[in-house]
Amino acid sequence: MAVKNFVLVCGGTACESTKGDEIFKALLKSATKHGIKDDVQIIKTGCFGFCEKGPIVKVLPEEEFYVEVTPEDAEDIIAETVVKGRTVERLAYKDASTKGSVSSEKIKFYQKQYRVVLRNCGLINPEDINEYIARDGYLALEKCLTGELTPDSVIEHLKVSGLRGRGGAGFPTWLKWNFSKNVTADQKYVVCNADEGDPGAYMDRSTCEGDPHSIIEAMAIAGFTCGADTGYIYIRAEYPLAIERLNIAIEQAKEAGLLGDNILGSDFSFNLEIRLGAGAFVCGEETALLASIEGKRGMPIPKPPFPAVKGLWGKPSIINNVETFANIPVILTKGGAWFKSIGTAGSPGTKVFALTGQIENSGLVEVPMGTTLRDIVFDIGGGIKNGRKFKAVQTGGPSGGVITEQFLDTPIDFDTLTSIGSMMGSGGMIVMSEDDCIVDVTKFYLEFCVEESCGKCSPCRIGTKKMHEILEKITSGKGEMDDIQKLKDIGKAMKTASLCGLGQTAANPVLSTLKYFEDEYLEHIQDGKCRAGSCKDLMQYKVVTEKCIGCTVCARKCPVNCIEGERKAPHFIVQEKCVKCGACYEACKFDAITIS
Amino acid sequence: MAKMTLAQLKALRDETKKDIDRRDTEGKDVMIVVGMGTCGIAAGAKDAISSFIDEIKEHDLTNVTIKQTGCMGLCHSEPTVDVKAPGMPDTIYGNVTAELAKEIIVKHVIGKELISKHVLDRPASDIMKEQN
Ligand SMILES: Cc1cc2nc3c(=O)[nH]c(=O)nc-3n(C[C@H](O)[C@H](O)[C@H](O)COP(=O)(O)O)c2cc1C
Ligand code: SF4
Ligand code: SF4
Ligand code: FES
Repeated sequence: MAVKNFVLVCGGTACESTKGDEIFKALLKSATKHGIKDDVQIIKTGCFGFCEKGPIVKVLPEEEFYVEVTPEDAEDIIAETVVKGRTVERLAYKDASTKGSVSSEKIKFYQKQYRVVLRNCGLINPEDINEYIARDGYLALEKCLTGELTPDSVIEHLKVSGLRGRGGAGFPTWLKWNFSKNVTADQKYVVCNADEGDPGAYMDRSTCEGDPHSIIEAMAIAGFTCGADTGYIYIRAEYPLAIERLNIAIEQAKEAGLLGDNILGSDFSFNLEIRLGAGAFVCGEETALLASIEGKRGMPIPKPPFPAVKGLWGKPSIINNVETFANIPVILTKGGAWFKSIGTAGSPGTKVFALTGQIENSGLVEVPMGTTLRDIVFDIGGGIKNGRKFKAVQTGGPSGGVITEQFLDTPIDFDTLTSIGSMMGSGGMIVMSEDDCIVDVTKFYLEFCVEESCGKCSPCRIGTKKMHEILEKITSGKGEMDDIQKLKDIGKAMKTASLCGLGQTAANPVLSTLKYFEDEYLEHIQDGKCRAGSCKDLMQYKVVTEKCIGCTVCARKCPVNCIEGERKAPHFIVQEKCVKCGACYEACKFDAITIS
Repeated sequence: MAKMTLAQLKALRDETKKDIDRRDTEGKDVMIVVGMGTCGIAAGAKDAISSFIDEIKEHDLTNVTIKQTGCMGLCHSEPTVDVKAPGMPDTIYGNVTAELAKEIIVKHVIGKELISKHVLDRPASDIMKEQN
């Protein structure tokens, strides 16, 4: 009999590490046991974007959406939902506000999302090329080879679509392709940038894991358009699952005649190889990346010439980000105008964000450009964790800046983000609450840049280090008033004098937080106070005299014996000796110890 | 898989598309809900479902979702099937065999015509309308 139900098990990295594979096997076993193996198709898919509540299992067509599933739950999913059509209540996703179980089409997390890039993620088995083909996969490539699309019309579609590079800078993709197409050369290349170095970002990883063929198809189309017969996917070695899925996909595409020589019997040939990166952030920069593929040290070189004209081994090379590529097959099957109708005038299409930090539902979200931050954080993300107050969102990673409450209703796209002092970046979005210290968060990004600076040019190498030192000083309570001006001056110098994007933008988090949260910096410097209570050196543990009954518990717990006071009389803490371990705070049963 | 030609790729896509489209619930406006309580299963609900799936494929219908549910409380007439289609009243059919399932697709879903003698129940509002 034909298949009646589909059970989709998340096979993304987050869910795999929490037993996705065991669940998959347990489901198969239960289905066999109930004699319904042929009635149900159990499929391992890519990330559903809901990693926070993983592992995820979805049952179709019932649209049951099960969260935090364990291998032991497999039997109930099969016996109850698949055999009898009943919901397994204890696994069903519960809406945070109504507490009721909801099916997947009604989950708020998905309602405002619009999936173009992630169209196949969580729906198809990424290890089966047939499933990709069934979803109009390789249709765009087919059109190229039948003559329905020509290099010129591909460029035209991209131009009409208004697609801009998703790797950070937002450069118009059609222009890049056109440069490369118009150069005459004996050899050209197509490169996919899957380096994804932004802390907290994993959209590219998920796309490679969940829909690897979309990247392969797009790269072949790029080859067709500009006349390249070789492509490289540069991916960090820390992404083993993504690499495995890409390898499987490349193998399957070769076998099917969709990669290799004479694709689909035509005279177009395109070969694809994977190159592993060691995970240095600067290797995500295109010129450093190309150097790394060539086997040299991954260091940037000055532009121009741009890679589209003079790239890999000096040959014209199209280099695009994973998400940019993933958009292209759909643009070519549905048309540039269709894509243009999504998003904003200046930034058509959607953007995938990795939502993390102090947020209720962290995960991968794809929304049309122009969606407001309020929609993303409060509707899709379910608001701030534990009902705390929203402080800011950091976008653009170590090159970006903060977006504050006043901009919650700004429609976000490449241009609006730049105008409010942040940037799109690759799509990492870190949500901060009142419990996060803005200076401390900024210090984290600087620390990252100090580590990742390749050291080739001094404004970046020395500037990041200096800035980090100053921030360290401020968070440890030793800041001075002229530190703020110093930060601004160094930042400006780095912006203009650094060689590559890393150094040019490394000061952005500092400059942007200084702009919107200067008072918090000043509080650290002038009042020795950290309002979020996260800078340890600025904290003071104190006994509230009125509440202290003199039970002596704290004094006995203190590892450095710095709490003094008579039994049954209020105690006090000798601040000079206190090591801020918090033991007294934990120990006091009368809430008589406060942190300030 | 052996190397494909253009024609083979097209054929493969057409063939696999129908199956995968069933995973997508967007844009589907016909819903067929089959009662799959223990009584329904015993009474052959599975045959009915298979028959629905085959018939939908046969007619290239892309807008139909088939769901199953627990017992609908009409055990005497199991398997029962609830059909919701645009322009038609929500209808419950009783004692749905594989043949009747075919008929439901052809007459009710495609032909927009009730198969009166198998109708078990219709929403009260429709029955009221009919009486006026
Ligand atoms: C320091 C630095 C790191 C970068 N890291 C990445 C990255 O991880 N992934 C990426 O796609 N682009 C990264 N870029 C941007 C690339 O240089 C390049 O602009 C991009 O790959 C072009 O693709 P697109 O036009 O599709 O965006 C980085 C740039 C800089 C300056
Ligand atoms: S700006 Fe920084 S990362 Fe870029 S070349 Fe200079 S030292 Fe290297
Ligand atoms: S914080 Fe630790 S060191 Fe300081 S008073 Fe309390 S127990 Fe003692
Ligand atoms: S990895 Fe499973 S939902 Fe993201």
